[in-house]
Amino acid sequence: MIRGALVREWQVLLRAKGAVINPLAFLLLTTMLFVIAAPDAITTDEASAVAPGVLWTLVLLTQLLALDSMYRRDFDSGVLEQTLVSAQVPFVTVLIRIFMQWLSTGFIMACLGPVLGVMLGLSFQALPATALALLLGTPALSLLGSVGASVTVGFNRGGVILALLVLPLFLPTLVFGADMVMAAQAGRSVMPQVYALSLISLVALALAPFATLAGLKISLEMQ
Amino acid sequence: MLGASLKRLWHKLGSPRWFFSLTTPWVTFFGWSAAILLLWGTIWGLAYAPADYQQGNSFRIMYVHVPAAMLAQSLYIGMGVAGFIGLVWRMKLTDVAISACLPLGMVITALALFSGSVWGRPTWGSWWEWDGRTVSTLVLFFLYVGIYALREAIAEAELRARASALIAMVGTINIPIIKYSVEWWNTLHQSASFGLTQKPAMPSEMWLPLLVMVLGFYCFAGFVVLLRMRSEILQREMNARWVGDWITGRGSP
Repeated sequence: MIRGALVREWQVLLRAKGAVINPLAFLLLTTMLFVIAAPDAITTDEASAVAPGVLWTLVLLTQLLALDSMYRRDFDSGVLEQTLVSAQVPFVTVLIRIFMQWLSTGFIMACLGPVLGVMLGLSFQALPATALALLLGTPALSLLGSVGASVTVGFNRGGVILALLVLPLFLPTLVFGADMVMAAQAGRSVMPQVYALSLISLVALALAPFATLAGLKISLEMQ
Repeated sequence: MLGASLKRLWHKLGSPRWFFSLTTPWVTFFGWSAAILLLWGTIWGLAYAPADYQQGNSFRIMYVHVPAAMLAQSLYIGMGVAGFIGLVWRMKLTDVAISACLPLGMVITALALFSGSVWGRPTWGSWWEWDGRTVSTLVLFFLYVGIYALREAIAEAELRARASALIAMVGTINIPIIKYSVEWWNTLHQSASFGLTQKPAMPSEMWLPLLVMVLGFYCFAGFVVLLRMRSEILQREMNARWVGDWITGRGSP
């Protein structure tokens, strides 16, 4: 059952390449726009004070953009209802969907992290920590975002409400993620931030799938 | 014995009519308590409490600011608890409670931010500082705004109740995490020393009026929330017989 769901989600991912590529193009584009808008903020010879914050803010916005379509297609076509009704463990179905959403956004953004860091003028020693921070922090974004997406999927224009619901919840991830990059740049230990980001992601992992399930049920009744 | 009567109380709470008749004397009690406590606390705090040896008279904004900040958080947590009860036991009254707490909570949070800003001008030298507690109050305001926007967007009452209950619960779980992370952020970024944390413990002439004000604010919140809940109940039960009887004076709820 789990294998079937995984295979299906994987195939959906492969066939809807736009859903993966568009947010990444958005991320690279906005990063470029920031560099062009504030060229003095990017200094390659010393540690940049704004780069970690800008990088994380843009990652948050990209995630928000991708979240809007997380359940939409399956919701509109009725697949979601059928899956939730027929699945023996709806919890696992939801978890797999969140995992795939993370794989197509958070994981790729983490791989792309060093590139973004170079674009924004982060010092070389901070690049591995940037990737690690994104790897540990983005699961929380997908999990918490999934709760917001599940409640707003039934709305015609849920985008703004999704942002209002979800962005305040992203704040802890932003704080520790940006701080981890900052600490790595300054040559300090990043272990406290590693623990904090892992904790936030694990707490979200424990609670968000249940809340998502409740949210999806509400949205399905709204149809 | 106690267990059985508690259980009966629990089931009765599910009935809007029972709640309505139960709270009729409470409204009067909370209303008068709030009026007396707020008047007493204001006069005591503004006129009789000694001036602070560092901040002079500007510290008196505390008598509005501290109760407002406490109440702002309590009301949100109250919504989260109501949401939890509503989702688990499917009680109608909990959504009435959320709809009553939401506007009051938003206004009180805005009051806490505004009074803090006014207090910050003479004390810290600027209208706005990105201090840890300021930021977590601002985030709290945005959490309120999110639920408000969600409630506006859903037309069907039953689904609106469940969706906002869920989001209020998720927000309540996140409040401690947000507070902790903002404190962490603040300790690293804070450059100026505000001198507020090193202040010696307040003498009792200063904090006793504050206690009166805090109690007054909570009574005021109880008064407003109950009033709003009762009018919401009347609106929702418009077609019930007891509402008609009560309004025309033919019977009691």
